[in-house]
Amino acid sequence: MIEVDGLTVRFGGVVPIDDMTLTLSGGTCGLIGPNGAGKTTFFNVLSGFVKPVAGAVHAFGDDLLAMADYRRARWGLRRTFQTEQAIADLSVFDNVLLVRENTQGGRATPRQDVLDAVAFVGLEPEADRRVGTLGAAQRRLVEVARAVVGSPRVVLLDEPAAGLPDDETEHLGRLIRRIPEEIGASVVLVDHDMSLVSACCETTAVLDFGKLIASGATAEVLRDAHVIRAYLGTEEEV
Amino acid sequence: MSEPQAQASDDEPTLVEAAPPASPLDGGEAVSPGAIGGHRTWSGPVRLLVLAVALAFVAFGVPGIIDRYWLQIVTSVVIYSIVTLGLGLLIGRAGMVSLCQFLLLAIGAWVALRLDYATSLPFPLLILIAGVVTGLIGALIGLPALRLSGLYLALITLMAAGAITVVLRIAQFPNGGGGFFGNSAAGGASSRLPRPAIATGDTAYYRYCVAVALLMFLLALWHVRGRPGRAWAALRQSQATAVAAGVNVTLYRLWAFALASFMAGVAGALLAAAAGGVNINQFPVQNSILLLAVVLMGGVYSLGGAVVAALLLRLLPALLDNWGVSTELLTILFGVGVLQVLLTAPGGLVDQVPKDLANLGRGLRKLASPRRAGEEAAQP
Repeated sequence: MIEVDGLTVRFGGVVPIDDMTLTLSGGTCGLIGPNGAGKTTFFNVLSGFVKPVAGAVHAFGDDLLAMADYRRARWGLRRTFQTEQAIADLSVFDNVLLVRENTQGGRATPRQDVLDAVAFVGLEPEADRRVGTLGAAQRRLVEVARAVVGSPRVVLLDEPAAGLPDDETEHLGRLIRRIPEEIGASVVLVDHDMSLVSACCETTAVLDFGKLIASGATAEVLRDAHVIRAYLGTEEEV
Repeated sequence: MSEPQAQASDDEPTLVEAAPPASPLDGGEAVSPGAIGGHRTWSGPVRLLVLAVALAFVAFGVPGIIDRYWLQIVTSVVIYSIVTLGLGLLIGRAGMVSLCQFLLLAIGAWVALRLDYATSLPFPLLILIAGVVTGLIGALIGLPALRLSGLYLALITLMAAGAITVVLRIAQFPNGGGGFFGNSAAGGASSRLPRPAIATGDTAYYRYCVAVALLMFLLALWHVRGRPGRAWAALRQSQATAVAAGVNVTLYRLWAFALASFMAGVAGALLAAAAGGVNINQFPVQNSILLLAVVLMGGVYSLGGAVVAALLLRLLPALLDNWGVSTELLTILFGVGVLQVLLTAPGGLVDQVPKDLANLGRGLRKLASPRRAGEEAAQP
């Protein structure tokens, strides 16, 4: 449950997020919009990499913006990156352990938690391999394992399926659907793949030029005329 | 539907840097501690045994086969390997550079000497305190590293090195004795720290230094394999990914500086008790750059690189001197060496030499049996 109230971000003359008010309920929420709509900037605000000029973000009642950036991971905020950022020098196991040992709380011992997260994404056979030697799809899975280890509360997925072939995307989609129930975390999914978004997300919000233009049940949102015009593009009738 | 990849990146500022360059000074992704050393095929126990035998030879075999002069040289190699170890960790693991480590050596020696004038603390405690105080000073010098990196950080630390030199001159380092702040002309230009009772002789003190160096290497190994090593690996890749994993970036950056400086301080204290003691002319600022050069040449991604670096720094000049070759040659040699490391061999000598030897071996085998090689080539 994330409540965003009047959030505004400004880079000089550019306003990537403009007075955004939005409630992301639990489960899996989609966040879509054309390039430059402010999706990644929104994630960067949540992560603490970008400071908004106005507005507030509360997650489960806690003021997220008041926390130091690295403490947000400790609180339970996890994310993946648009350009995948699994740590190439470390093994799969150490990648996940890094997150577990720098965040609070877990289900079992750190070792067991890490093994569980690696098993969750199905990378057990590669647990001791260096991430730098893995393929793109497996590295994406390492990022997901990092996001679900321990006790995450909110998981932000920034285009996790970018560049993946269809069968890998389907596998990823199945994993994402399991996160709220099995891990107990809310998921916010940004992706351009509409089939992935509609397969994973009960609700979806649409951004365009930093403004929220629609939100609600995914199927309805995708039928919305504004959304189709802004995002999918239609020919104007004369 | 999915959009083409080229459009998939929002034109928003992101903290994730793409495609980092490959030189060790930039902490590139293309070259990494994990990638280097991956060619080793020895199993754990065998490696451990080889290391143990080598260590036993260094501690007990070496003093028997060299005279007093060379024993002093080898002792200083052992002491300097602690400094190069610290700087190697800072560059290779934490991805930061410091040009004041050589001067921190003087600080370590100084603290140990002053403590000895003022107190009657046992030698191991003197080393430890010298290390901790130097570590704190190093962390202070590392503060700009929270904002700066690369060339600017190097410049700041070089200025810090210059500042330490000025302080040493004004205070007339090592300035004799008499209490912590005392100054006695009787001390003369150089001071020597009394050695521990168990290691008063040169050979015994050499072994003492080997033991301390071993402890420092174990400390380094513990850091690299443990939580700090993982946090540094994340930091090297990008600050954003480290922060997103909950890594306290400030803490681990400063900790790397403190650790490297702690090691320099410990080495300084050992140096103060080595033959000849310490004097102010031992610590010129330009040696910090020399230190950086040998650390890069030795190899920053493996702990063994520290030993190679110390050999280059202390043994090579002595050998050249012995052969009647001008040590000025070293400047050129090191220049070429660093260029080589930055361009083609980021893992340094410790990584490159075994690879080159293996290639040479393959080449020689091929030369020895040209017919078989030809047959192999004929059958794909």
